[in-house]
Amino acid sequence: MLTVNHYLALSGILFVIGTVGVLSKRNIIVVMMCIELMLNAVNLTFITFANYLNDMTGHLFVFMVMAVAGAEAVVGLAIVVALFRNRETLNIDKLNILKN
Amino acid sequence: MTGLKLIWIVPILPLLGAITNGLIGKLLSKRAVTFVALGSTGFSALFALFAFIELLSLDPSSRISESILFTWIESDKFIAEAGIQIDPLSGVFMLIVTGVGFLIHIYSVGYMGHEDGYSRYFAYLNLFMFSMLLLVLGNNFLIMFIGWEGVGLCSYLLIGYYYDKNSAVDAGKKAFVVNRIGDFGFILAIMWIFWTFGSIDYTSVFPVAHEVLPIGGFTVTGITLLLFIGATGKSAQIPLYTWLPDAMEGPTPVSALIHAATMVTAGVYMVARCNALFNIAPTSMIVVASIGAITALFAATMGLYQYDIKRVLAYSTVSQLGYMFLACGLGAYVAAVFHVITHAFFKACLFLGSGSVIHGLSGEQDMRQMGGLKKLMPLTHITFLISTLAIAGIPVFAGFFSKDEILLSAFFGETQGHLIYWALATTAAAVTSFYMFRLYYLTFSGVLRSTDQHVRDHVHESPPVMTAPLAILAGLAILGGLLGLPIIKDAHILKSFLAPVFSTRGAIEQPHPPMQIEFLLMAVSVGVAVIGIMVARYFYYTNPESAKKLAKKEGWIKIVYRTIQNKYYVDEIYDAIFVKPIFLASRDLLWRIFDMKVIDGLVNGIANFFYKLSQTIRKTQTGFVRNYAMIMVLGVVAVISVWFIVLGD
Repeated sequence: MLTVNHYLALSGILFVIGTVGVLSKRNIIVVMMCIELMLNAVNLTFITFANYLNDMTGHLFVFMVMAVAGAEAVVGLAIVVALFRNRETLNIDKLNILKN
Repeated sequence: MTGLKLIWIVPILPLLGAITNGLIGKLLSKRAVTFVALGSTGFSALFALFAFIELLSLDPSSRISESILFTWIESDKFIAEAGIQIDPLSGVFMLIVTGVGFLIHIYSVGYMGHEDGYSRYFAYLNLFMFSMLLLVLGNNFLIMFIGWEGVGLCSYLLIGYYYDKNSAVDAGKKAFVVNRIGDFGFILAIMWIFWTFGSIDYTSVFPVAHEVLPIGGFTVTGITLLLFIGATGKSAQIPLYTWLPDAMEGPTPVSALIHAATMVTAGVYMVARCNALFNIAPTSMIVVASIGAITALFAATMGLYQYDIKRVLAYSTVSQLGYMFLACGLGAYVAAVFHVITHAFFKACLFLGSGSVIHGLSGEQDMRQMGGLKKLMPLTHITFLISTLAIAGIPVFAGFFSKDEILLSAFFGETQGHLIYWALATTAAAVTSFYMFRLYYLTFSGVLRSTDQHVRDHVHESPPVMTAPLAILAGLAILGGLLGLPIIKDAHILKSFLAPVFSTRGAIEQPHPPMQIEFLLMAVSVGVAVIGIMVARYFYYTNPESAKKLAKKEGWIKIVYRTIQNKYYVDEIYDAIFVKPIFLASRDLLWRIFDMKVIDGLVNGIANFFYKLSQTIRKTQTGFVRNYAMIMVLGVVAVISVWFIVLGD
């Protein structure tokens, strides 16, 4: 039987994988995919609790997060495209122009 | 009554003139500037005259009108209203200021015609008129103070009118700084008055002064002495007189208006206005009378060997102001105001006459370069002679009546040592008539001594726009004495007119000596004046060589001569005692040590500290997004860990 704890554990594992991906991957596109993964891990927690507490608010938040995630992906990918056109690289270790 | 409520128009008109000429004067034509300046003061003088006539038509006991324009400052119990008041005393001063002021405006059109900054000059002059009228028409001490500072500012601006001339700029600064010392006393006195009476309105201070304060008490003596310090600054009395002779760097009409006829008499006005306070402070009265008498003689002797025509007149102004304060100190306020009036006429005439001479001689001010102007400038000569006779105290001319009244009060006064005052003042009268006729003979008699061909070729009588005011003022210098003729029993016109202002409690009863003694005293004062004239005539007219011989003599006479020529070294002494130490302390202690080491050290030290700190911290800013994300994650982990540890389950 699957309990709440199982779902939460899965969600936690997915979140950690996402986080580690963000911190360790060099390709920006992969980093963005990892961010999506973290968001979906959070979504999973929301759904779990919504189901467990019989409260529809959780579902609401999920839709909210999905909408934001979609918007974020659009903007993020646009930036990536623009970045690639200018710098011809997607390696995050070479992008430290913030410093200067 | 309604007319007197509109009295605020009198000061406002010159203000409007000053604003117009000050802001857009440069865009206007010379004609327009003249029109604005003369129009505003002319109408102001006209209004003042109407108001004065209306004042005269009232019953003597109700000759006072106050109008509050708006509440200026209101803070708990402290209320200062922008209020204007006219009573006989301010009425008289208002007439002098607007009347003489208007004449000098007219004269200035001729005198300043060739100068740059024509509109600037008239803007300042109009602003001066506004401030002076505010000073005499205000209904509380703060309004008087605003006017007081305003005239000081205008005096500074006009002394430094030729701002490309170093000496003029220095003289302006000197006048301003010396006046500041006096103003310090004045403002302390105002605070003390508010502290004591809870108000700064004349009407709530003077009528109750003798009830609130005991006669000769500490408070009233303190207040009056501080007020008098203010008066010594503005009216150039010992010890603060040094700025006035230097103020002659300004244009001559300015010297006539500000540094002779009106502004310098502000101190006399203030003391007379506060007579209710001074009357109950006998110690202060003695101080006022002594300072006045000493200044009268001291300044007169300083005028003896000056060669700058305007400087002689400046010292004589200081000396005449001394007479006025002597009269105030004796309680003879009417005589003081009388002398203010006559002095305004003949001294303005003298200054304008000297201006006419300077103008005719292409700017020459040294009397050794003058002479023989009697024929070359006949109108200037005759008006100058009249005012010289007036200041020397020859009967029929105005100065005789007012000076004689002061000498009379001194002789019959009840103050201790009044005979010493009388002796000082009489000696000063003799000295005055000597140096004034020395000036007259050096300037007008003999032959023109100037060696400058340009000056010799261009000697001319001044245009009518300058000689007309001279003639009017000379006429007033003759007729002004009529104010002092006894018409009603025991009181002349001016005395009965001013009586409501000066009949406060504790007023010193003025003496009514027997006629014979009065005439004897008059004879003495006329006698010393004539002796002064004869001596001047001997040295500078009949026997000019003897003066030069005397000046070359060795021994004690040379020391006296040198001392007087150098004005008793007072400027040098002040310089050594006050100016130099302050200058050195400011430069070496305040600037080089305190400012450069302490202040700069502190400021630069703080800046350095943060600079060093930021040098260390900036190393954490790598620019790699991943590092920032890492720190964020670590931060979140840290916060959550603390959360669990603290809550602990």
